[in-house]
Amino acid sequence: MTAPAPGSAFFGMLRRDLRIAFRSPVEVLNPLLFFVIVVTLFRLGTGPGEHGVAALGPGVLWLAALLATLLGLDALFRADFEDGSLEQILLSPAPLPLLVAAKVLAHWLIAGLPLLVLAPLLAGALGLGGESLPVLLLSLALGGPVLSLVGAIGVALTVGLRRGGTIVALLVLPLYVPVLVFGAQAVSAAGAGLPAAGALYMLSALLVLALVLSPLATAAALRISLS
Amino acid sequence: MLTYFKGLAAPMRFYHWCARLAPWLGACTALLLALGWWGGLVLAPADYQQGDGFRIIYVHVPSAWMSLFVYVIMAGAGAVALIWRIKIAEVLMAASAPIGAWFTFLALATGSIWGKPMWGTYWVWDARLTSELILLFLYLGVIVLLAANEDRRRASRAAAVLALVGVVNIPIIHYSVQWWSTLHQGPSVGTFGAPSIHPSMLVPLLVTALAFKLYYLTVLLLRARCEIVERERNSAWVRELISR
Repeated sequence: MTAPAPGSAFFGMLRRDLRIAFRSPVEVLNPLLFFVIVVTLFRLGTGPGEHGVAALGPGVLWLAALLATLLGLDALFRADFEDGSLEQILLSPAPLPLLVAAKVLAHWLIAGLPLLVLAPLLAGALGLGGESLPVLLLSLALGGPVLSLVGAIGVALTVGLRRGGTIVALLVLPLYVPVLVFGAQAVSAAGAGLPAAGALYMLSALLVLALVLSPLATAAALRISLS
Repeated sequence: MLTYFKGLAAPMRFYHWCARLAPWLGACTALLLALGWWGGLVLAPADYQQGDGFRIIYVHVPSAWMSLFVYVIMAGAGAVALIWRIKIAEVLMAASAPIGAWFTFLALATGSIWGKPMWGTYWVWDARLTSELILLFLYLGVIVLLAANEDRRRASRAAAVLALVGVVNIPIIHYSVQWWSTLHQGPSVGTFGAPSIHPSMLVPLLVTALAFKLYYLTVLLLRARCEIVERERNSAWVRELISR
């Protein structure tokens, strides 16, 4: 069997995953609803006053986005593992890291990109000023893919385990710390009228690092989990 | 020389080699620990600011050093296990994880006991403290992943991947949390320049640090023995060992 061109393997996998996702729209909506509900509950939990909400807003938005990504991650390899197609993917002559990257991109397009659409709405509800909005969107656009890429490693490590879902959070959340710190920091800085470029550059650096290393680690993890 | 080490990598040889080495290492540990703590707790003068409270560094500082050292060893063993598929490397990685987690816990616990009288609080969300806490979570992740998989070899290779990802992340975590304002004092002992701590306090600290390192080695070998017996329980030599 000859290997397909890398580009066609990549886009073939991307198209397949997107098509599967859009055939069950409720599952696509789940993380989004979760995002909205977490932010709403936080606002209810802080009581009726406005005291301190604006200061916590960036952190809460980022944390909610992080948890929503984590919630959607379990679906990344689970269904493919259960119906056996993951083994076929591993047997494919196309390079596995490339296929993994396509799957992660599909996950981000489904679960990460819609958060960008909802974020301005929730930022307004939390009282974040208009000047921090572009920075919030940019930080989510840069940091969101990092969350998906790093999370994919955790999911790949636990895909063969029966109680994998609960373990993923423990494995992945400590690794999310830098993204959370820099993401929330960029938004708070912009809200306070300070330059946010430094934190955004750090997020970009993390994105580049994750783009290069995470597909390799995820592919290795998948091979171990299915060995 | 090389063939000697290759032979040592066989589980059976390693098992017996551990048994011969561990008592000696244990004795050295006890001796150095007694020396270091005698020097630190009895001989060294009280600090002019902190009084006798500073003496907790003879537990706190070596534990904090070891928490990082063990992680690096664990990830290094993990890399060896992944690349060359050496069984002993897997065993050493799996045996290191709980020891490192306890060192991290000890560093955090002694730090917060010291922090209450000195800083007025047990805990602050400070760069050093937070990154040490995250290190503890990374250790716990490795331990949980090791326990979650029934196939021990697969479990340790999965945990090795996680440990390596953590190694990439540790400097990032360290520097990302440094952006928060920091309360923990800077290092008194550095690689470059003269240490800003008097020799009468420094020498016991270094001796204790060495003792902690030997303690790690001793416990590592003992834990590795248990791990080997559990992993090789179906092999002929372990059956013979048990039936004897």
